[in-house]
Amino acid sequence: MSETAAQAKGNGLVGLAPVGLAAGLFVWFLGFLPAVSAGEVLRLQWDWVPSLGISLSFLVDGLSLTFALLISGIGALVFLYSNTYLAGHPQFARFALFLAGFMLSMLGLVLADNLIALFVFWELTTITSYLLIGFGHETYKGRRSALQALFVTGAGALALLAGFILLGMVAGSFELSVILAQGDALKAHALYLPILILILAGTFTKSAQFPFHFWLPNAMAAPTPVSAFLHSATMVKAGVYLMARLHPGFAGTDVWMWTLTIAGGFTAVFASVLALRQSDLKQALAYTTLMALGTLTLFLGQESGYAMTAFATFLIVHSLYKAGLFLVVGCIDHGTGTREADILGGLARAMPFTALAAALASLSMAGFPPFLGFIGKELLYAGALEAGSGPALVVGALVIANALMLAVAGVVAFRPFWRPAGGAMPHTPHEAPWQMLAGPVILAVLGVVFGVFPALLQDTLIAPTVASLLGSAEDAKDLKLWAGVNMPLILSIATVALGLAIYLGHVRLRAALARAELAAPNFDNGWDRFLEGLKGLAAWQTRVLQSGELRIYILVTFLTVLVGLGGTMLARDALPGLPDMSSVTWKNLALAVLIMAGAVMAALTGSRITAMASLGVVGIGVAMIFIVFGAPDVAITQLLVETLVVVLVAVALLRLPALDPAGTRDWRPRDALLGLAVGAVVTLTLLAVLEVPMDRRLTDYFEVTSWPEAFGRNIVNVILVDFRALDTFGEIAVVVIAALAAYALLRTTDQGPTGRSSRTRKGEDAS
Amino acid sequence: MNSVILQAGTRALSGLLLLFSVYMLLRGHNEPGGGFIGGLIGSTGFVLYAIACGTGDARRALRVLPQNIAVAGLGIALLAGIAAALFGDALFTGQWLFLGATETDKGLPLSTVLVFDIGVYLVVFGSVLTLVFAMEEEI
Repeated sequence: MSETAAQAKGNGLVGLAPVGLAAGLFVWFLGFLPAVSAGEVLRLQWDWVPSLGISLSFLVDGLSLTFALLISGIGALVFLYSNTYLAGHPQFARFALFLAGFMLSMLGLVLADNLIALFVFWELTTITSYLLIGFGHETYKGRRSALQALFVTGAGALALLAGFILLGMVAGSFELSVILAQGDALKAHALYLPILILILAGTFTKSAQFPFHFWLPNAMAAPTPVSAFLHSATMVKAGVYLMARLHPGFAGTDVWMWTLTIAGGFTAVFASVLALRQSDLKQALAYTTLMALGTLTLFLGQESGYAMTAFATFLIVHSLYKAGLFLVVGCIDHGTGTREADILGGLARAMPFTALAAALASLSMAGFPPFLGFIGKELLYAGALEAGSGPALVVGALVIANALMLAVAGVVAFRPFWRPAGGAMPHTPHEAPWQMLAGPVILAVLGVVFGVFPALLQDTLIAPTVASLLGSAEDAKDLKLWAGVNMPLILSIATVALGLAIYLGHVRLRAALARAELAAPNFDNGWDRFLEGLKGLAAWQTRVLQSGELRIYILVTFLTVLVGLGGTMLARDALPGLPDMSSVTWKNLALAVLIMAGAVMAALTGSRITAMASLGVVGIGVAMIFIVFGAPDVAITQLLVETLVVVLVAVALLRLPALDPAGTRDWRPRDALLGLAVGAVVTLTLLAVLEVPMDRRLTDYFEVTSWPEAFGRNIVNVILVDFRALDTFGEIAVVVIAALAAYALLRTTDQGPTGRSSRTRKGEDAS
Repeated sequence: MNSVILQAGTRALSGLLLLFSVYMLLRGHNEPGGGFIGGLIGSTGFVLYAIACGTGDARRALRVLPQNIAVAGLGIALLAGIAAALFGDALFTGQWLFLGATETDKGLPLSTVLVFDIGVYLVVFGSVLTLVFAMEEEI
């Protein structure tokens, strides 16, 4: 295969430009480190929609800088990796564009200081993620996964937007820095609970917390570098980021603490059990990502210094080892053609560098010293022991989850390299090129470096992040490899023992889990049923409302008017009294008689042309009423429209057969009754409206300002073209669209490419 | 329809209707009239022509596709609205120029409002004819 030749060629500038972009951003963000670690908070602001108080403002503090560095740093490595991973792919340029677009949106999300700006970036990551999951759109699975992710996170985002708007109204500002500075006022507000629920709906869907977890493993349909970047290191952490960002303003209540503890803890345990169940390496990693997201959520429920330090450390640890491991799995897939754990084995000899990266990353994931993962785990236990929400519960969840993590690390990164192969691999394993090794090796080595020298992170990122969460860097705890023999260390040893035991029995456990899974409710299938139900509902209501028969449409419309207006009037007891008839002149009466005669004639006649002309009489009668009451503009328009309608309808009707085919009387009591009832209800409504004295404020305003301000004496026209020009513009746009649509419908006869003529169809209908 | 009298009458009448429609359009700011009414009157001129002499003749007399006229009108109305932004006002704020204005006489008033109304005229004119021609030809 010409795979290597294509790789040697690479993707040219399109492949390298994003690497440069991400690396440049990373270096630029590094430049903020001295200021941020000194405790400064940097702010940039541009007015965006000043009339709504929305500005494009950015905030650089410990939390956002940590995220920005992870995004741009891992981004650079992922771009370098995918340039080779997808070398020569015909749609690489599209891929690079989506991925670069995602990275910039994600950076915008973590740096935005305005809720609305943050939301826009949030949705941009949703959309770019959709495009990236669906990159392999030829497959049904790819399309389904992409749509599922879009629907779940998009629905959450709608709730989030509602929450943001409520929050902005309560706080009187959309600026996060202003909102969070208000302290406890927010927690005491009556709308605190609704806001919290709406925002958590957004963050839980985005960060795939139970019961919205099912989209994330499916999102692994995306190319592996995408999974490494979006669905492990960055995008799924957007929800976690937002909860962390809002932590100072929201945390501390029982609702916050218990919701996050229970959702996060349950997700962590549930996901790590399912991770062990997977035999596909990438799927297994996807579930461990869920576990990490659950753990991060769990810790955001707390408020202690240890918990926050643990949060900040685990965030970095997880991004480093998980992105690394995903890239390793990509290398394995690339080098052997499979990701099945049961087949893979003995790769250490053929893929030494991949094996090294895998070993380092998985040891960090399993939490062995001297890796950063060990420090992270110690801090997790220390934080859990201080948890406000049932320390025993939190510690128990963590021990189980971490032990399972260790077992999964063994399955993903130990077995494929050091144990004999379980079957024939699609092709002979070969080592990945250096561009693909750079990412995993660098990320894995960083895990050791930071583990041995935790001081590198302590003051630069951890302390400022804790300061963003708790308000003071003093609360940050020290990152230490050796903290003496204490409770966390004992828990660590227990975890390792339990983890090893699970790993040794994992093949049998997996079989048992597979059996259990069959019995348990399946969220993924539930999703399908939900969508099917939704489509069924839509089809049903379309069938009912859109029968395609004009008579039914009119029937439904009139019945709605009848029930809506008449029912309201009866229910509210708002029936009008008899009107004052003394001011009615003979002129008015004559017009009324004319209109009624026209209407009766139209209903009774057996000829279409007579019916049309009779309706014309009604229209002209109405126009004359306008003249009598001094509205010449409306009268002229009415007359002209009436004329054109008669012409248009006559053109159509004259080509139809006669109404009464030889001698049959067309007697429709139902229609007659409905017509009379609607007429009566509309008349009553008009009478009721007339009983209310007219509000002349607008009329007076237009009368006063029409000439001095708009230089026009014809108030109707001045309103149309000046005071309400935007409305008029919308209306004429509708007129054009309607005309073009009707034209397109009518013109189907000429340009049928298949020669299928609708003229014959119409002819058949008419005959 | 093959009526010599109607055809002869139409030739005079549709020209008059067109002229009248422009008159209605221009007087609309101070007297009954305006772009909407003007467009309707103008289109009846061509509708009459189409009924008397056939849509083929009417289309030839119009020279331009009616749907193009409608879309052009929409564009003109939009430009008239955007023009306000050039003067620093909100969209669709009327901009006025009184040509040759003196102390006593306000001169010839020109405005983006008039341009907007011309856009409305063209939209209504073009849309009605698009519909009528298509119905005459297709049904």
